[in-house]
Amino acid sequence: MQTATYRKPTFADEISNEMYATGTRGLNCCIQCATCSAVCPAVAFMDHTPRRLIGMINAGMRDEVLASNTYWTCASCYACSDQCPKGIKPSELMYVLKRYSVWKNRYRSDLVGPEFSRLFVRTIMRTGKSYEPGYAPAFIFEGGVQGMFREMQFGMKLLAKGRIPLLPSRIKRVDNFRRMLSRIVPLEGIE
Amino acid sequence: MRRYAYFPGCSAETVSASYHLSAVETGAKLGVEFKEIEDWNCCGATPYSNIDELLAQSLCARNLAIAERDKLDVVAPCSACFKNLYHTNEHLKTDADLAEHMNFALEADDLHYSGSVGVHHLIHVFVRDVGLDAIRKKVTHPLKGLKVAPYYGCQLVRPDRHDGFDAAGPRYFEDLLSAIGAEPVAYPYRLRCCGASQMIANRRAALTMVADLLRTAAQVKADVIATTCPLCQLNLECYQGDVNREFGAEYRIPVLYFTQLMGLAMGIGQKKLGIGTELIPPKAVLECVARKPAAAEASKRAKASQS
Repeated sequence: MQTATYRKPTFADEISNEMYATGTRGLNCCIQCATCSAVCPAVAFMDHTPRRLIGMINAGMRDEVLASNTYWTCASCYACSDQCPKGIKPSELMYVLKRYSVWKNRYRSDLVGPEFSRLFVRTIMRTGKSYEPGYAPAFIFEGGVQGMFREMQFGMKLLAKGRIPLLPSRIKRVDNFRRMLSRIVPLEGIE
Repeated sequence: MRRYAYFPGCSAETVSASYHLSAVETGAKLGVEFKEIEDWNCCGATPYSNIDELLAQSLCARNLAIAERDKLDVVAPCSACFKNLYHTNEHLKTDADLAEHMNFALEADDLHYSGSVGVHHLIHVFVRDVGLDAIRKKVTHPLKGLKVAPYYGCQLVRPDRHDGFDAAGPRYFEDLLSAIGAEPVAYPYRLRCCGASQMIANRRAALTMVADLLRTAAQVKADVIATTCPLCQLNLECYQGDVNREFGAEYRIPVLYFTQLMGLAMGIGQKKLGIGTELIPPKAVLECVARKPAAAEASKRAKASQS
């Protein structure tokens, strides 16, 4: 049995392969020009700039990348994808890394993004629609009880203007909808 | 009468009901009928793509399939819904394996999508399908002298668009504002992000992004910021108080949907446009509208006395 030629995919391979699946070029094309970092409106809040994060992935620094807040700070504005001279879509990379860190259960525990995303996904799975007040628990992670209180005050202001309904709405065919989703992923794995 | 399948989006039932109301009212005035997609579901926003891409696509596929039954193109007023629906549609049209997978899932709701509908943002329907000339003809209360910052935001113009409405120097929002008599200001951050759902996940980052947008809007002396997206409206208007607290600023810049400004210019009543539910009352806008009929009268009288 000839196995010597098999090379286990590197971390950079794993990430690039995920990116190919979303229709963007892989990270091996990156020339480190930092256009992505320059146009990013959230870069000041990232522990590594997008350019550096790409360099780290290509260098195989898996643990450091998984410990980064960079991709969970991305607001999905797509400015980087619009401007990259090599046709890489860094915003898709950020999605790929978010998903990768959730699959591997290796995201940083102090981040609100992963919990909020999970809460959001579960809400839609149950009702088919989004309902903002339902996400309030996510604020406890971010601002503690004070954060929760601040958010409640904010909610009351919107409530007074009739901009928040008291009850969540739901679609009519929730059962069919859930069966549809279960043909994509087993719901037990997410709920 | 132009007809479209209309995808309101979840926020139309909550924080952005005024956008929904004003979209339908201005549409009716311009001979556009929006037929709400029957039993539509959430587009998945960004969090779905954070967890699972196929799951995210399936949410949009269901809405597209329901719209296809009516043989109508889809219109979304929310930029984020639009972006999701647009890209799922593109993927389903070009990736037969994905389409097969999605159709297997859609069977569970007795649906099938063959990829025959188009997806448009509301503002594109107005500027391209209805046209600025038709809009100009309906203006009874031109918003003369009103300085409006046209805030395109992100997902209205990015990423990867093949419908002629990309991020390369768009002018159509400015042109639309001119058509209703307003004065579009040169707003340097018109294509920059509002922070979107980072307002929940990373508040400090999002508040800083909103502060940048407000500062530049104040610098160009905008009376009001016009938006095309509920999340932009929410972040820019409702979190203005938080920005002021965080950065010791005193911004009071109203933020309205472009459909509300269009509606006012076409003489539609404020209530019908959902005006009155803002946290920052759009005083300058309403004063401008109140002033107009009188001014128009006066100019008519002047013309009459001249001849």
